[in-house]
Amino acid sequence: MLLIKCPFCGPRPELEFSYGGEAHIARPQDPMSLDDEAWTEYLYIRSNPRGVHAERWRHINGCGRFFNARRNTISDEILETYMIGGSPAPVSEEKDRSPKGGAV
Amino acid sequence: MNYRLASGGRMDRTRPLQFTFDGNRYTGFAGDTLASALIANGVHLVGRSFKYHRPRGFLSAGSDEPNALVGVGGIASRYTPNLCATQVELYDGLVAESQNRWPSLSFDVGRVNDVFARFLSAGFYYKTFMWPAAAWKSLYEPMIRKAAGLGKAPSAPDPDRYTQVYVHCDVLVVGAGPSGLAAALAAGRSGSKVILCDEQDQLGGTLLSESEAVIDGQAAAEWLARAIGDLSALPNVTLLPRTTAFGWYPHNFLGLCQRVKDHLGEVDSNAPRERMWQVRAREVVIATGAIERPLLFPDNDRPGIMMAEGARIYLNRYGAVAGTRAVVFTSCDSAYRAAIELKAAGVQVTTIADVRPSPKGPWIERARAAGIEVRGSTVVTGTTGHLRISHVDLVDEVSGKSETLPCDLLLMSGGFTPSVHLFSQSRGKLVYDEALKVYVPGQSVERERSVGACRGIFDLGAAIASGFSGGLDAVKASGGSPVEEATFVVLAESFGQNGVIGRPGKAAKYAGRAWVDFQNDVTTKDIELATREGFRSIEHVKRYTTTGMATDQGKTSNMNALGIVSQTLGVPVDKVGLTTFRPPYTPTTFGVFAGQSRGDLFDPVRKTSIHDWAEEQGAVFEDVSLWKRARYFPRRGEDMHAAVKRECAATRQSVGIFDATTLGKIEVVGKDAAEFMNRMYTNAWTKLEPGRLRYGVMLREDGFIMDDGVVGRMAADRFHVTTTTGGAARVLAQMEDYLQTEWSDLEVWLTSTTEQWAVIAVQGPNARKVLDPLVQDIDLSAAAMPHMSVREGHICGIPMRLFRVSFTGELGFEVNVPMGYGRAVWEAIHASGKAHDITPYGTETMHVLRAEKGYIIVGQETDGTVTPDDAGLSWAVGKAKKDFVGKRSLARPAMTSSDRKQMVGLLTVDPTVVLEEGAQVVADPQEPIPMTMIGHVTSSHWSATLGRSIALGLVRNGRARIGTRLTVPMPSGNVTVEVVRPVFYDPEGKRLDG
Repeated sequence: MLLIKCPFCGPRPELEFSYGGEAHIARPQDPMSLDDEAWTEYLYIRSNPRGVHAERWRHINGCGRFFNARRNTISDEILETYMIGGSPAPVSEEKDRSPKGGAV
Repeated sequence: MNYRLASGGRMDRTRPLQFTFDGNRYTGFAGDTLASALIANGVHLVGRSFKYHRPRGFLSAGSDEPNALVGVGGIASRYTPNLCATQVELYDGLVAESQNRWPSLSFDVGRVNDVFARFLSAGFYYKTFMWPAAAWKSLYEPMIRKAAGLGKAPSAPDPDRYTQVYVHCDVLVVGAGPSGLAAALAAGRSGSKVILCDEQDQLGGTLLSESEAVIDGQAAAEWLARAIGDLSALPNVTLLPRTTAFGWYPHNFLGLCQRVKDHLGEVDSNAPRERMWQVRAREVVIATGAIERPLLFPDNDRPGIMMAEGARIYLNRYGAVAGTRAVVFTSCDSAYRAAIELKAAGVQVTTIADVRPSPKGPWIERARAAGIEVRGSTVVTGTTGHLRISHVDLVDEVSGKSETLPCDLLLMSGGFTPSVHLFSQSRGKLVYDEALKVYVPGQSVERERSVGACRGIFDLGAAIASGFSGGLDAVKASGGSPVEEATFVVLAESFGQNGVIGRPGKAAKYAGRAWVDFQNDVTTKDIELATREGFRSIEHVKRYTTTGMATDQGKTSNMNALGIVSQTLGVPVDKVGLTTFRPPYTPTTFGVFAGQSRGDLFDPVRKTSIHDWAEEQGAVFEDVSLWKRARYFPRRGEDMHAAVKRECAATRQSVGIFDATTLGKIEVVGKDAAEFMNRMYTNAWTKLEPGRLRYGVMLREDGFIMDDGVVGRMAADRFHVTTTTGGAARVLAQMEDYLQTEWSDLEVWLTSTTEQWAVIAVQGPNARKVLDPLVQDIDLSAAAMPHMSVREGHICGIPMRLFRVSFTGELGFEVNVPMGYGRAVWEAIHASGKAHDITPYGTETMHVLRAEKGYIIVGQETDGTVTPDDAGLSWAVGKAKKDFVGKRSLARPAMTSSDRKQMVGLLTVDPTVVLEEGAQVVADPQEPIPMTMIGHVTSSHWSATLGRSIALGLVRNGRARIGTRLTVPMPSGNVTVEVVRPVFYDPEGKRLDG
């Protein structure tokens, strides 16, 4: 079970949250002006990366607020959580946890 | 022969315990396991193998045991199959039985499988039973299931209780062997909040069977006692024996299963049987030790052939010797220690066969000095003995000389495999250590470190030191202040770490099957066959041969299977790869996962405030999401059909009363409430006046119907939204999603009011007459309160929102009162309705009445692929609106195709035939199977009002087919139906305005 830091409530177990899919996919301002391809792109196409993924979560069994998280889909590490409408930290600051297993 | 020594062991000899195995009575001591007690009674034959039904005995003394699976329990409800006898703690009166044998353990008819072994090789499922296909279900599968298998499931409900607790700690130490204890001491002394768990009944791991090592000037047992004493005295340390860390889940979340009372016997007590600890640890120290590997040689699975270290544990911890005359086959020094200790205990240990060319070193000299013959370059090429080993064949691989020695015990050691399960579950990367010939932890992903033998550190002193350092490292990483490093003076003869994986020596040239996975009956031949047949990936070999897939998860077999694949393919072990370790580490009960969530507590139950009244009237309930809803109210002797017929007639002719409380309700409030509703629903809301209702349809962004419900405008800035019973949470979530993430500029607040309003539907031509005397301040007349209007006022003095709305097609009202007044108001209305024979009705009647009117139910007529137009709801879509959720999708070509399934009515030509919901509709019943299915039946009822059956369905281009006939093919024959408009009763809607 993931430990997710709600920006409003602090770290809470995953079962308090619901997943909201990929983040930063804004609903088009005027959907009717989009052609079918562009609308399909908005509606169905997701990046599904192997690695860092910006995604939406909602603290549904807590404060009820949506927020964004950047999660590494390989390790499940959550690099940060931030407000809806906010921007993630610059990617250059990507930190990888230093290996520990063999070093003690 | 007495297999229990006069002294020694950690059992309590003052507390003898009686137990039975397969009906035979035996005696053991408190502190024994079932396995050690059986061994002390000279019993080795404990099971039959999974596939070939070969006699099997104890292989080890721990949770890695693959053979000794037994059923335990004298009471049917407490019978537990597939328990490891090596882990079952003895209690007085314990009843155990062997498994997978018939008629008895010593004479098992299934043994015939072994004779036909060549037909049961790897992948035999796929090869042998291909044809005829029909025989698979009726013949092959039942036969295989009967012949192969483990224990029987218990036949009675589990009477025990299981609990779950959540805990947080700074440092979780898994495994209380020497390194785990040291880690816990380090973290505990540093003041960290520590949990130390171990799967065994006592903490100590290998120290529990240590004979000669001296730690800090104390014998191992004394040091252990002092360490446990020190840890117990620390208030910040929790010690959890009998607790298996079975699984690692993301973000240092570990599942621990504590066996609370199994060791007390089958007693009733308030204590739970097991407790699941769900631990969120800042840092974890993995100290899970290592598992000794069997050696691969022909017929290496007979009773009496066991791991050298296992025999040593039975000797030192339980004072029991596993045999009288022993031969040892080894590839490393550690087995020499077992041989020397057994010899000293009086076992005739004649020979150590060592696969290494010329074994040298202190252990070899000590063995020779003890009078044990040591032979280098020597391998076992076969064994004999039916229910127990009687002879072993040795070959000197240099001279080629062979010899057969008598024995009743053959000890083996292929070296030790670090228990990396938890590390691997945490997604850490394993690396192959060429010198140790094992995988050890490499790069971490989670916040953990491995110490001691599970990291490949086998020397006792080094293991303790690594444990202490690991504990300090964990303290530091968790933000604590570590105490000083400590040094431990350990006097123990160390071992060179040798060992083999795969076949030892030149064993490949000796004929015969060598068992790799004892529990799943996988032999060297199966794995070699798999590689010959082209399997290369170890994951494929595993699935094809089933090696490593039994309840022991390949603890003793995985590395040997890898070794065979490597040897057969000529590929280095680390290039073969490694199978994935998955939870649980050892079998874990469903009970402990379920915890309290069983029976009545499986799911929360939601009841309306009118529920008890309905129950008192004898209503039959059904589950609708978590709600209990009254389905019908049978009177004496009525079945559902009769009750529904009566309830329908009463509502159509006079008045019915229905509990609609379960409908979802959301209060949408704010300056921009109407704009928000415009965006969320297909309908136009701007012009809806306060005091009016409108039927609203909500789509998903993909254009399909998600929910519907009647919405009341209470004020310019306030809407009372209703949703379907099951859709309430979903609708609120979708609203919140758009409000928070897309339109946060809108001033709107959403509040779930489902639990705040009790809703009483009063429906039928006399509805107004029933309510009128009770309502104080609302004019109910048709002129003052037309269909689809809402008023606020009082009923019986209680504040009310009164909807004039109908889901029956009759004149109808829905009385909304605060939840706590639900029953009182219901009873008042019911009393007022007595004059009109007011009839309570349930969901079944509600379904029939609305189907007669062609009103859809979301989830019944819709299935997530239905657009408003498909459902005949185009009128509810605001054409002039620029945008709403789902609007753009409705314009996609596929959504406007004339070939879409559209909702129609279906009337069977024979009016007495009631169609089955879900039945398919075809145009041409003469078409060969599979026919072209052009639609399906979504609702079907007997309509007492119309004196015939009615049905709704979705049919391709259905509206254009109105007036034509289609066919519903059923097993009993074709049913001809006429396609009609989906309104069967009062199509003009005159009755609504009564």
